[in-house]
Amino acid sequence: MAGPRLQKLKSLFTLGKTRRAVALGFKTLWLHRMRSFLTMLGIVFGVCSVVAMLAVGEGAGFEAQEQIRRLGSQNIILRSIKPTDTERISTEQSRISEYGLRYDDVKRIQDTIPSVKVLAPGRIIRNHVWNATRRVDAEIIGVVPWYPEVRKLRVTEGRFFTPVEYEGYVNLCVIGMTVADHLFPFSSPLGRNVRIGTDYYKVVGVVEPEASSGGTNGSSGEGQAAGNSMANDYAPRVYIPLTAARNRFGETLIRQRQGSFEAERVELHEAIVQVDRLEDVEETALVIDSILSSQRRSKDYEMVVPLELLRQAERTKQIFNTVLGAIAAISLLVGGIGIMNIMLASVTERTREIGIRRALGAKKRDIIVQFLIETVILSGTGGLIGVIIGVVIPIAISHFAEMKTIVTPWAPMLAFSISGFVGIVFGIYPALRAANMDPVEALRHE
Amino acid sequence: MNGRSIVALRQVTKTYHMGESELHALRDIDLEINEGEYVAIMGPSGCGKSTLLNVLGCLDRPTRGAYLLGGRDVSTLSDDDLSDIRGSQLGFIFQSYNLIQQLNVLENIQVPLYYQGRGTAESRSVAHALAERVGLGQRIHHKPMELSGGQQQRVGIARALVNDPLLLLADEPTGNLDSASGVEILGLFDELRANGKTIIMVTHDPDIGHRADRIVRLRDGHIEEDVRNGRA
Ligand SMILES: Nc1ncnc2c1ncn2[C@@H]1O[C@H](COP(=O)(O)OP(=O)(O)O)[C@@H](O)[C@H]1O
Ligand SMILES: [Mg+2]
Repeated sequence: MAGPRLQKLKSLFTLGKTRRAVALGFKTLWLHRMRSFLTMLGIVFGVCSVVAMLAVGEGAGFEAQEQIRRLGSQNIILRSIKPTDTERISTEQSRISEYGLRYDDVKRIQDTIPSVKVLAPGRIIRNHVWNATRRVDAEIIGVVPWYPEVRKLRVTEGRFFTPVEYEGYVNLCVIGMTVADHLFPFSSPLGRNVRIGTDYYKVVGVVEPEASSGGTNGSSGEGQAAGNSMANDYAPRVYIPLTAARNRFGETLIRQRQGSFEAERVELHEAIVQVDRLEDVEETALVIDSILSSQRRSKDYEMVVPLELLRQAERTKQIFNTVLGAIAAISLLVGGIGIMNIMLASVTERTREIGIRRALGAKKRDIIVQFLIETVILSGTGGLIGVIIGVVIPIAISHFAEMKTIVTPWAPMLAFSISGFVGIVFGIYPALRAANMDPVEALRHE
Repeated sequence: MNGRSIVALRQVTKTYHMGESELHALRDIDLEINEGEYVAIMGPSGCGKSTLLNVLGCLDRPTRGAYLLGGRDVSTLSDDDLSDIRGSQLGFIFQSYNLIQQLNVLENIQVPLYYQGRGTAESRSVAHALAERVGLGQRIHHKPMELSGGQQQRVGIARALVNDPLLLLADEPTGNLDSASGVEILGLFDELRANGKTIIMVTHDPDIGHRADRIVRLRDGHIEEDVRNGRA
């Protein structure tokens, strides 16, 4: 019983027959190459935009997350900002504004919150750093010895300063890569001295650039709380012991601005709180906020919680992917409708051919297969071209715009299989219409 | 010339429904055609010649009546089975040649074999031999557009022969040709008949009709006359 059935199935799917059907499909499409090409474009654009946009999105998301991760997901970053209400009285010729985090605050946080592991207070002074006649405008950061560990800074050369040196107010410094490149382009900076103001500091180490903690702050007196944008420029940095910074620069900084003198008194520009466990980060942040705000009248600090930023970045990426998915679906739908439209026209145009083939022994399914193969060739070739362009575009973007892009292997695969699927779905109806024609009517068709 | 029965029509009726009215294109046709016969079907326009040929060619099913092709009742077969019969036992030759434009001569000749699932190498050699036989051995890679009407009809004949059919069906095969090409094509039919092929040809040219062994004359869907030519 099953014998002839099986034979039929075999004859339908024999390799030779399928191969010839595919060859015939290509031949037919080639006969109307302009039309085929234009029809394909819909799928090409759909697929290539999916692949390229996914790669750009993936790259941007990765970069944002990487930057946030470098801030330390277990960290809470506190920064002094100049409260907005002091700015309103700044019509006076000269005055001293006093604001920001204090050593008291740091101590209070340390003492009252048990989940806090490490606290790394820091001062930031903007100044020129000199090596003979070479000069860099840098952020001089007074920090504690465990700062690199908290901020995940990597010491690439030499070392960071020790607690002993810290306690001894020693004039040592560790410089960022950018500073090292500018001041010591031809030799190792280790053991050399740089000048900041009137003091000399011996270089003991070089660190890899860290993620900017976002928004220039405090000491510059300008553009405070410039937002949490993570893509900020990496200001060249020089790290010195906090003790030395306090000693050499004092707590009052004077700067001239538009003809008037302005003095600021800021004890600490930033403090980084490292929380014991990841789960406690958000709660600790709330506690810190309430401790700090109970101590002051105006809000002169800001708090950055990288973990929250990370979650936010993930949410943003999810939304982005959803929107992208919708766009992709719509563009592929449009491409599919384009294919169906052309195939319907083609079926009508080739009514006679269908009649001839039916008269010569073609079964309905032979006709279905023939037209389906054509649509799948159209959408598949379109998908393939789309994938190639979609992979090349991100590479070009990375190359020319210096933007990170990531082509995940599943994106082209997904886009390609969707295009094949679209070909079958939108090809079925025209193919069925072709197959269900009455052979006699079809043969009579002019 | 009393070979086995190739075609047997019993009380075949074909009715078209045009809204309210009914149109009887064929009425109670009884027809017997034996192996090796060359039959011309003649009659005025609209008398049912093409309808009859479509039924004989298994392209259309009779509304009533039985059709035995080579002894097998095909009037109740499924669409797929009819396709198989067309592909394996019948050869069609059309008035307007009906070649497939995107295929060359050799490929056009092979189409029926392709739907029979026959291998490429075998069908190529069969098609090549047939192209030689109809005098197109030098044109096997030409597309239909590049051939004259007479040449296209030769391809059509080669294609109709490629599956070695039980029965050849031709609907006014010379209708679109100039007289010289027409004569050549008719010469080919004479050759086929001499080789024992069973041929049914629709025509309204009496001269062509007289080349056949037998003329079946239709009028208003029934057989008006069925005569044998005394061939010289
Ligand atoms: N599909 C159809 N629907 C309705 N009437 C048809 C159809 N096909 C043929 N007819 C009618 O059947 C009759 C016979 O047609 P046909 O066999 O084509 O005649 P002939 O080929 O002898 O000129 C004609 O009156 C024609 O109008
Ligand atoms: Mg007719």
